[in-house]
Order: sequence, then C-alpha cells, then structure tokens
Amino acid sequence: MMYPELGQFALILALLLAVLLSVVPLVGSVTGRDSLQAFARPLTAGMFVFVAVAFGILTYAFMVDDFSVAYVANNSNSLLPWYYKFSAVWGGHEGSLLLWILMLAGWTLAVAVFSQRLPTVMVSQVLSVLGFVCVGFLLFIVMTSNPFERILPNIPTDGADLNPLLQDFGLIIHPPMLYMGYVGFSVTFAFAIAALINGRLDAAWARWSRPWTTVAWAFLTVGIALGSWWAYYELGWGGWWFWDPVENASLLPWLSGTALIHSLAVTEKRGVFKSWTVLLAIVTFALSLLGTFLVRSGVLTSVHAFASDPERGTFLLALLAITVVGSLILYAVRAPTVHVRVRYGSMSREIFLLLNNVMLVSATLLVAVGTLYPLVLDSLDMGKLSIGEPFFNLTFTPLAIAAGLLMGVGIFSRWKKTDAGWLARKLLWPLALSILISAAAIVGYGEFKIMAFLGIFTAVWVAVATCWDLWDKSNSRKGRIHGLKRQSRSYYGMVLGHLGLAMIIAGATVVSNYGIERDVRMELGDVATVGDYQFVFTDVGQRQGANFTAAYGGFDVLLDGRKVAELHPEKRQYSVGMSVMTEADIDAGFTRDIFVAIGERISDNAWAIRLQYKPLIRWLWLGAFITALGGFLAVSDKRYRIRERATEPKAKLDDSGSLVASPLMTSATTPVMTSEARS
Amino acid sequence: MKRVLLFLPLLVALVLGVLLFSGIGKDPTKLDSALVGKAVPEFALEDLHRPEVQLSRQVFQGEPRLLNVWGTWCPSCRDEHADLMWLAEDEGVPIVGLNYKDQRAKAKAWLERLGDPYSTNVYDPKGSLGFDLGVYGAPETFVIGADGTVLHRHVGVVNKQVWEETLRPLLNQAGGRY
Repeated sequence: MMYPELGQFALILALLLAVLLSVVPLVGSVTGRDSLQAFARPLTAGMFVFVAVAFGILTYAFMVDDFSVAYVANNSNSLLPWYYKFSAVWGGHEGSLLLWILMLAGWTLAVAVFSQRLPTVMVSQVLSVLGFVCVGFLLFIVMTSNPFERILPNIPTDGADLNPLLQDFGLIIHPPMLYMGYVGFSVTFAFAIAALINGRLDAAWARWSRPWTTVAWAFLTVGIALGSWWAYYELGWGGWWFWDPVENASLLPWLSGTALIHSLAVTEKRGVFKSWTVLLAIVTFALSLLGTFLVRSGVLTSVHAFASDPERGTFLLALLAITVVGSLILYAVRAPTVHVRVRYGSMSREIFLLLNNVMLVSATLLVAVGTLYPLVLDSLDMGKLSIGEPFFNLTFTPLAIAAGLLMGVGIFSRWKKTDAGWLARKLLWPLALSILISAAAIVGYGEFKIMAFLGIFTAVWVAVATCWDLWDKSNSRKGRIHGLKRQSRSYYGMVLGHLGLAMIIAGATVVSNYGIERDVRMELGDVATVGDYQFVFTDVGQRQGANFTAAYGGFDVLLDGRKVAELHPEKRQYSVGMSVMTEADIDAGFTRDIFVAIGERISDNAWAIRLQYKPLIRWLWLGAFITALGGFLAVSDKRYRIRERATEPKAKLDDSGSLVASPLMTSATTPVMTSEARS
Repeated sequence: MKRVLLFLPLLVALVLGVLLFSGIGKDPTKLDSALVGKAVPEFALEDLHRPEVQLSRQVFQGEPRLLNVWGTWCPSCRDEHADLMWLAEDEGVPIVGLNYKDQRAKAKAWLERLGDPYSTNVYDPKGSLGFDLGVYGAPETFVIGADGTVLHRHVGVVNKQVWEETLRPLLNQAGGRY
C-alpha cells in the first residue's frame, strides 16, 4: 500500500502552492496587476485541499491500524476504541503539527471566502502573508517532522498505545480548540502586516480585523478552559491551574489577545491607538508562535512536553525569528507616528480602555517573565532561583483585581469625555450594592479573609456594573422588552464576556480561599470529615477495564447525616506501557464539587485517600464558556455582515445606515459613526 | 525621535531570541549527560528533621546511594512512595531525600503518615540545590557514586521495573551489593 507516501506527497504539493501564494498575489498587489492578484483565492483553495488530503490519509492510517507508519505505531494501539484512534491523530508531535497546519490552511480559506467586500489589494496581501506563515510550518513538517515516515520492512504487530493521560474526552477537543485560537491570531497578524505594507492603518482595517480576532480569542478561551478542566479531573490531584510553562504559553496570547480586542475597539470607533493596536496584533501572534516553540522545542519541559528535539527547536526558533523580526522591522519603519488630533478627556472611555491595556500587558509581561526567568538566569549563569506558583499567585492576583475594579468603572464611562462628578454619582449605588452582596457572600462562607473579600468584591462589582449598564441602556419609552431588543449583538457579546469574567474571578477566589483539601489514611469503614461533609469508606476491590486493571474504592458522602453522593475513585494500571493513572471521582455541582482520589495502599487494609471540597469550582469553566460565547455572539453582529462589495476605497453606506470608514476619511477628523452615535 | 522608539519592540525581540537560542542547547531533558560524571554541586542546606544541622555534599561520601527529589505537592511522588519504602526496607538501599520546594511541617507530616524511606532528608524550600541539579519537576532520582559523583539521572517515578533495569545495575557497578 502506497497511500502514506501519497500523504507526504500532498504535503509537498501544499508547500509548493503555499510558496506561490506567499509571492504571486503580493507581487500583483504591489505592481498593480490584477491578473496576478486573481491567483490568491484559487491558490488558497488548492493549498487547503492538499493539506486536508494529507490529514485525511493520516486519519485513515490510524483507523485501519496501519502500524507500518511509525507515527501510528508510536501513538495508537489496535485495542483503542475508534474515537481515541481518531484523537490519537493529534496525540503526538507530528500529528498535532499537521492538525495545526490544517487549521492554518482552514483559516486562510475562511479569509478567502469571507473577504468579498474587502478591497482586492488587501485580500491579496492578507492571503500572501498567511501563505508565508503556511510555508514556514509546511517546511517544518516536511523537513523535520514527517508524520508519514514508515517502519519497513519489519512492521510492528501492534502499536505502543496512546498515552493514557490522553485517552479522555477532554483531550479529544482541547488541542483543536487551543490551536483554533493560536492559529486564528495569524489572520489578525496578516491583516496587520497588510495594513503596514500599504500604509492603511485606519478604522476600516480595525473593523476588518475585529471579528477574526474575536473568534480566535473565543476559541482560545474555550481551549484554555478545557485544558484546565481536564487537568482538574484527569491529573488526579484537584488543582485547576498549575502555572506550568505550557499553560502559561497559552495564557500569554490570551492576555495580549484580550488587550488586542479592546484596543481594536478603540481604533475602530475613535481612530486612535493605531500603532499600539498593530503592535499588539504582531505581539499576540508572536506569543502564539512562542507558545508552540516552548512546547515543541523542549527548552522548558512540563507534563505537556512531547519528545524534544534540538533540530526542531532550532527550526521553530528560526521561523519565529523571521516572522517576528521581519514584522517588527516593518512596524518600526511603517507605523504611523503622527499624533492623531482626537481629543479625549481624562475620564473618557478611551482612557479606561488604555488602562485596561496597561493592566493586561503588565499581566502578559509578568507571566512571560515568570515563565522565561529560569531560562534567562540559566543562560546568563547567574544563579539558582526557580519560580513557581507562589510568585504568580502573589503578583498576578493584585493585577487581576485592579483590572476588574477598573473595568467596573470603565463600563459607565463614555467616549470622548466623561464628567468625573457624574461618573462618581453613577458609581455610588452599584458600589453600595456590590459591597453588600460581597459582605453577604463572606458571611455565607463563614470566615473573613482580606484576599477573599477583595476577590469576591471584584467579581460582584464587575457583574453589578455590567447589569446596571444593561438596565440603563435598555431603558426605553416603548418598554423594557423593546429596549433590550434594541441593543446590538456585539453589546450583548460584551455583556456576556464581562459576566463570564466575573464568574471566573468569583470561582477562582472562592475555591482558593474556601476550598478544603485533606490527605487521610483510611481503613474500610472509617469516616473522615471535610468541612460539613462526612466521607465513609465503604468498599474496595479490583476490576478489569478494556485496556487496564483498576483498584477501586467506594465512598458514601454524607451531609448532615443524609447521603448526597456515592463515589468510586480508581487507580488504574494500563497493560501496555505499564503506566499508572489516578482516576478521581467527583460529585460535581453548581455550588461545589466533592472530590475523592485514591492513593497508595499504606498497609494491608489502609489506604492513602485525598478528599477535597471545592466550592464554586465549576464557575471557572462555566464562566470561561460564557465569555467565549460572548465572543461568538459579538461576531454575529450584523455590522460585520455587509453584503455590498467595497471595491474602491470610498465611503459607503452599509445596510444599517452607518458609514463604512475609509482610509481617505480616518475618523480623526470626521464625526465618528459608532453604534452609540446611531442608537 | 518617535521613530526610534518604534524600534524598541524589535530590540526586545532580538534579546529574547538570543536567550531562547541559548536555551536550545541547554535542553533540560538532556541534562543527564551534562551532569553525569561530575560531582554533586556544592550546597549547604538544613536537614528536614533537624533544622540546626547543616548538610553538605559530604552526605554522599562512603557508599553509592540514590538521591530522590520529592515534595508533598507532587502527586506522582505519592505514587512512587510505596516503591521507595520497599526499596529502603526490603532491599536496604540508602536513599537521600531532597525535599524540593516544600514546607517543613507538611513534609514531616507526610513522612509520619506514609513512612520514611530516607536515610537523610535535605530540606530545599527555595529549590536551590534542585536548580543546580537541573531538576525540573518531581519526582526525579539520581544515582550517586560512593565519591559523590552523579552516575545517572532518572526523570519520573521509580518502580520495580526501573529499579531492576536501571538503578540496581548502576548501583552494583558502583560497588553496591543489592
């Protein structure tokens, strides 16, 4: 059977098409030759098709257990159920890289399809830049990480099995979501580079970038949340965020991406902060690449690290260097330095969004420093300090609280200028209400801790301010329902985004301050107490799974003498590869989780047991999903779906009656057409 | 003047790039080869059980031993613990513990509850010796010769298989009898 070679061949063809894509439309756009620019969309489609063919072939090899393919033999096993065979496609380095490329090609195709109303020059340049990124990654996979390499002639009779940690539903969808986010930022990046090349950093550019950025960011949010959720139930010790280098690598583009979506809003609506926004777009994508580099190169190892390989690390670093250095040089030469004559007062929404950016960028820097510091010290031979969770908890928490408090104020602020006295009066009632609610929450949890109070207050404050603003805005003479209906989807997107964030802050605060963890030694029949709950050790035994044997325990959980749950944690021994996995059992609830994990057998009838009470932990992930939902909702707003095609850069009226800003009339001098101005 | 400021991000990126590049050579998983054959780095740290006692690399003199990096925050260490107990009690292997980035009270409670397989325990709350050893996470286990040289680094959990296939032959080569 020759088909794996066809897969490799498809990758090489995709590479050739990507090379053409990165050159031909760009040359066409610079020389003004439409015949060359016309190649942009067909080349994109061709590239996508060949990448998809390669991905399909690899998937097929997994489905039919073709162990002549080395990657399949290393990551799959004939005993695996089909859905794990499918997810095993991205269970190792080569396959996840192929998935990454498939998504990159997919995003590029999406730009080609959904860019009908963009000027041809812009489309050509954006697709060329994306083509260039594709070239980099296709070269990487073809030269260093061929997933179709064969083991011939001694084909193994069975595979080595997928890492048991990865045999899990969360892991089927976590990497694709994460990659959708990472890769999605390449579109924002391409728009930024195209805008720098033709010198059109304007409100229109910001408007085109916004939906792409928001979608990528929403996917990344979901991806990170899924990763955290997976770590919580699968790694077996009940934590939800470990400040592990790879987790940090995904948090970095998320933080700068969050800054970016806010700064894009200012650039679109007010035409200011252009240089800053375009820099953020470049940095966000660079951080996505840095994340890939850190995971794939093995410069920093962690639970996530795949087999590290200096050659791959060097290649990725070169790719990172070319992309980042190239775009930053372009930025330094082309970014506008002209001071835009737009006035805004010291309490304006512009200022609050600027402060939001300062906070988010500080947080990004903080996480970057914490992640890279050991590496930096090591290369300078300077010393011996390792950074761990305490550093992040100590420094990140105050920043998050400050950002949240500012956000609550910012929600009430207006563009251009906000009267300080008016703002203060406006804040009075929400403030009083928030203090009241958070005090009640503290009383409910029974113990006053200053950090807990600050965290809960921040969460409540954000939620109250968001709802208060919605109430104000939906005030209408035609009634409340009419007022609520009149708000745009992008406004509701923002509301959901902020409410989700409030839930995340609340969850993180409560579970860190009021969660209880106990490690106990228990014999059959023993009772242990954690908070208000009693755990009775009722059963212990052995059972046989599909590809593992497990020791399991049985626990009854009692609250006030009433049984609320029955839990069966396991300790699994996988037959292939001899690895041991702790499968915690969790009674999940909206207000609290009960968590039991079984540890070592200490003596003949005693076991080490980990018992945990985790209040509000679900809010972390629920909040993240609501936040992401807000992102998707905002993108579906009708102002992003303008049917007319703007071939010439002239001001046009869209179907909602607002002006589509054009480069000739940057919002600097014209009255700004914002959704606020319309409504 | 403002144009010059725009070059600042480029400068930062370049510096970072150089650092990352130097990081590639120092691959932490390859560190075993870098440290093997060299002496355990100098250190002066307290004994876990007796804060008044300062330990140095002298603890490795005399006979070949294992150096096990552990912490109560590390779930895999919990998995590994029973095997370490077995190694210490049934096989009589001297194991020096390196209590890594942990709290003394928690560590002592853990050993009281689960048993103490260690002949000596070095208390390293800041992770300084761990850093010198190139420890990235726990558990990690080093084979140390009778003269205090690092012979091998094992990343991950020690179990019977690892003991039989790797650690035991190495200890016996170094003059141990297990």
